[in-house]
Amino acid sequence: MEVARVLVPGKASGPALVLDEPLSLWSGLDPETGLIVEASHPQIGASVTGRILVMPSGRGSSSSATVLAESLRLGTGPAGIVLGEPDEIVAIGALAAAELYDIAIPVVVASPDQFGSIRSGDRISLP
Amino acid sequence: MDVELEADDRATLDGQRGEGAALAMRLIVRMAEVAGARGLRAVTGAHIDSCLYHGEASLDFAERLLAGGAAVSVPTTLNVSSLDLLHPELVRLDARTAGLARRLMDAYEAMGCRPTWTCAPYQLPERPAFGEHVAWAESNAIVFANSVLGARTNRYGDFIDICAAITGRVPDHGLHTDAGRRATLRLRLDVPDELLEDDLLAPVFGIVLGRRAGSRVAAIDGLPPGTSEDRLKAVGAAAASSGAVALFHAIGVTPEAPRWEAVAAEDAREEAVTRADLRAAFAELSPVPVGAKIGAVSVGTPHASVAELRRLAELVSEHRPTVPLYVNTGRLHVEIARDLVDTLAVAGVTVVTDTCTYVTPILPDTTGPVMTDSGKWAWYAPSNLGVAVALGSLEDCVRSAAAGHVVRDDPRWG
Repeated sequence: MEVARVLVPGKASGPALVLDEPLSLWSGLDPETGLIVEASHPQIGASVTGRILVMPSGRGSSSSATVLAESLRLGTGPAGIVLGEPDEIVAIGALAAAELYDIAIPVVVASPDQFGSIRSGDRISLP
Repeated sequence: MDVELEADDRATLDGQRGEGAALAMRLIVRMAEVAGARGLRAVTGAHIDSCLYHGEASLDFAERLLAGGAAVSVPTTLNVSSLDLLHPELVRLDARTAGLARRLMDAYEAMGCRPTWTCAPYQLPERPAFGEHVAWAESNAIVFANSVLGARTNRYGDFIDICAAITGRVPDHGLHTDAGRRATLRLRLDVPDELLEDDLLAPVFGIVLGRRAGSRVAAIDGLPPGTSEDRLKAVGAAAASSGAVALFHAIGVTPEAPRWEAVAAEDAREEAVTRADLRAAFAELSPVPVGAKIGAVSVGTPHASVAELRRLAELVSEHRPTVPLYVNTGRLHVEIARDLVDTLAVAGVTVVTDTCTYVTPILPDTTGPVMTDSGKWAWYAPSNLGVAVALGSLEDCVRSAAAGHVVRDDPRWG
């Protein structure tokens, strides 16, 4: 898909998982299972593993960077991430995983139109 | 776009200060590219969140830096960890995880960070001055540094925090610049005056602020002049949980916003926050009703200040807890406010330092809900601990701990 900005380069494809609300990956994603566990999140119980995680923005904890890297280390993480607006905590998590484990996942920002047109289950290729 | 680097930065990048510093600089430069920053700028201090253990990725990164000979180049404080080194018996982590968590703490100390182990580094005597550029991680610390101190930090996450501390450099953009600190949202707090005096306003309003602002800079119109640092702490901690808030201004309260015009961005929007908004946020955050039996009470998230410890000590002298009551605070406060800590202990309060009750297993296995005075604790604990939460003021919490069930003067939201 066309993207507005590439934060972290890389190639990925997979089915989209569209989040209706931002997610703090720390506290909100269990890196052992790849499941969303934030108690009041609309997508609680969904798996991010191998999906293109589509979320409006980051939220919450600084520790979300580590949780993303840990999920990638464990093989439970997303294949790529599409954001509605830039989030540096998500970006640094992906960059750290690339440095530590040679696991590079793309993190991109989509324009509002592009972002709004993605539906869960759509097959997406990045970039 | 290429990031312009100074000769020293280039030398670091080329490995002249060792492999660890080169890795740190590489990530700083990559983040400058991510942000679209044209260059780097100096910071005078850092606060590290990466010392809280979240799995082997935490340790792999720290030990990679350490093995590469990295050390911090600016004064650097450490956030909470998963352990309470002063009261180790409180934490029920399995031995393997506790060992890895300790190794992580040791790695950050070995890089020259100060073992402060607090999420409220702004309560330390040497906190940043107005206008000082720092690299702080930990969502509540970031928002406090920017909003209440008028220091300048972006919303740094794990990994990049220690890279900034090692290099003393950050991408020059966002909240480090004047333009980045302007408010694009003006939030008018449209509530009756008596609610402004209510301790429960700060955490509940903070949750609303985070949801409305997202990652935008908001200016709040309507907080009373002289609003205490502890209340601003509660607003910011909640807002940085429900949103990606790194800076809010409170007009007539916080140092950069004597007037709206001082912080207004050109295209700012204006919205109102009403009693009904607060009522809805409170209902979501605090589903456990008045009268419900509780299993424990936890206060001090972010870490309790000396003023909060004093208030707690007064309250428990009147209302002795009958269910476990925990307060999280910085280890420095245990030193400088020894008398208060002793008073709390005599009253049966468990004082937790170096960590927090919602990031590591401390609370007793309880089937009952937990009461707190913190919007941040109430936001995260249902996911982290699987507990139901009742929110109340500090006084509500202590009275409830004495009664064994939720005591609160409802309704406050009309």
